[in-house]
Amino acid sequence: MTTEALCLRALNMRKTALKMAYESGISAHIGGGLSCIDILAVLYGEIMNVANRALTFAEKDKFIMSKGHGVLGLYAALAEFGVISKEILSTFQKDGSDLIAHPVMNEALGLESSSGSLGQGISMGVGLALLAKRKNYSYEVFVICGNGECNEGSVWEAVMSAVQFELDNFTVIIDDNGMQSDGASKNIMDTSGKYFKMFNALGLDTREIDGHNTNEILKELKKSVMVGKPRAIIAHTVKGKGISFMEGNNEWHHNRLTEKQYLAALGELEKREATGEWK
Amino acid sequence: MEIKRNKIKLWSKLGSRAVFGMVLTELAKERDDFFVLTGDLCQSSGLARFAQDYPQRLINMGIAEQNMIGVAGGMAKDGTTVFATSFSPFVTMRACEQVRMNMGYMQLNIKTVGLGAGLIMSQLGNSHYGIEDVAIMRCIPGITVVSPADCAEIVKSVEAVLDYKGPVYIRLTGGTGNPTVYADDYEFSIGKANILREGKDIAIISSGTMVYQSLKAAEMLMDSGIDSAVVNMHTIKPIDKCCIDSLVDHKLIVTVEEHSVIGGLGSAVAEYLAAKPKKPLQIIIGIEDMFPKAGSYDYLLKQCGLTGEQIANRIMKVVESKN
Repeated sequence: MTTEALCLRALNMRKTALKMAYESGISAHIGGGLSCIDILAVLYGEIMNVANRALTFAEKDKFIMSKGHGVLGLYAALAEFGVISKEILSTFQKDGSDLIAHPVMNEALGLESSSGSLGQGISMGVGLALLAKRKNYSYEVFVICGNGECNEGSVWEAVMSAVQFELDNFTVIIDDNGMQSDGASKNIMDTSGKYFKMFNALGLDTREIDGHNTNEILKELKKSVMVGKPRAIIAHTVKGKGISFMEGNNEWHHNRLTEKQYLAALGELEKREATGEWK
Repeated sequence: MEIKRNKIKLWSKLGSRAVFGMVLTELAKERDDFFVLTGDLCQSSGLARFAQDYPQRLINMGIAEQNMIGVAGGMAKDGTTVFATSFSPFVTMRACEQVRMNMGYMQLNIKTVGLGAGLIMSQLGNSHYGIEDVAIMRCIPGITVVSPADCAEIVKSVEAVLDYKGPVYIRLTGGTGNPTVYADDYEFSIGKANILREGKDIAIISSGTMVYQSLKAAEMLMDSGIDSAVVNMHTIKPIDKCCIDSLVDHKLIVTVEEHSVIGGLGSAVAEYLAAKPKKPLQIIIGIEDMFPKAGSYDYLLKQCGLTGEQIANRIMKVVESKN
């Protein structure tokens, strides 16, 4: 898929995410969902083979949304690339739905792991990558972890073990939007800006990218891995990316969209689509 | 594994943890379809040989129990059986939320083994005792909890859980020179209690090391004319309801466990009996709601009232007051 095509997919995913959030009628994690959408578009559209239903467990790539509250991005990606039907999205956050505010493990829906309790997805990813090494499975493992999530000590336990076990089939992407539930990370647990050094010091093949630049995301993910080294990609992102009144505004960490706000947000995306500004 | 009298004697000498490592190492000779994860405790759990002979199948996770359980979850994703072991407080409490997510919520095929459960860590103190582990594991939905009575039953349990579908917690009580309950091979099935002694007056339901102490207590009670049944409730969850049903005609039910009186075997039995129209009085013997003062294992058992003699005396008092 061309960079241009992936950008258009990401734009569609933003529309889908907002529609889900709006139609659920209640608050949703919009900001953190929008910050990882460009990365998800590249992973699902070009890097991972998960849309191919014919693949076996041993062949199909594994994706873990460790920052479980990023589901608006994840569900939108699964629908955009045909892993799940678009119809099921309307059940988001409805009573008894399989699509709630944090992923619930469901193979048929392409949800590899249950998350919501932060700091656990990297461990699951390390386990999957180690399993592949021990059993000669061909899949690769990708984990998206939040910057706020990195406050959890278990993140670092997991990262150290990925290095120890030489998991070059493992990639962790830090969706570093610089914010967390209570506001700017620099005022809470100031590690933003240090992640490159931290991951690099622990021995990961670490790269730093603009997490909204599809070209860069694609280039880094396609670059060959270093033998015996797990990969960390520090993606600098913007919380609420794509919607002017949400960008960098932590009110949208978890919030409900009014009709007026929804239409305004949708209008911004449609305008960008019409003018070709999305490229 | 073949279970013979002379082996049982040897296992008892080796103790709970060494036998656990030994049985896994034996099983690894026959089959290669399981992994073992340890939290930097190969030596302490009899797994040094396993690590040497099968380095691809044993993974030392370092002193990082949370990650160990999460990694176990990932490795169990294709249905593979993954054992994960550390001292019982570290796997059940330090990693509690990982246990809840991976073993409970996701029902992944992890067999967590709590080493040194109960009071056997003696001089190491309460940081190392496992006196709340059953309560914690039991209240997370969908986790089977097994507490073997002696070293032979550790062998039986480990063999059984290898092919048992779903998450299991095994707590290893007792140490070296662990008393034997079983002299010969016997029928072991997860979820099915073993009645070790019939008795018409009272019924003692116990698990782990307390099965041996309960048998001793039953002998002493017999000398005083109290005929006691003794049940080895090795599976605490799911509890053997049929077995409990068969005991309601007794005058008294006593549960005995090397665990807090809150949330363990006694609670499990009481929860089941609470809704029964006909039920005998139940007394729950275990570690009272406190951190015992550290000391030798025998010192601790005595402090907590968990020797055969103390159990018998306590039962006797209740029986006398009822008469």
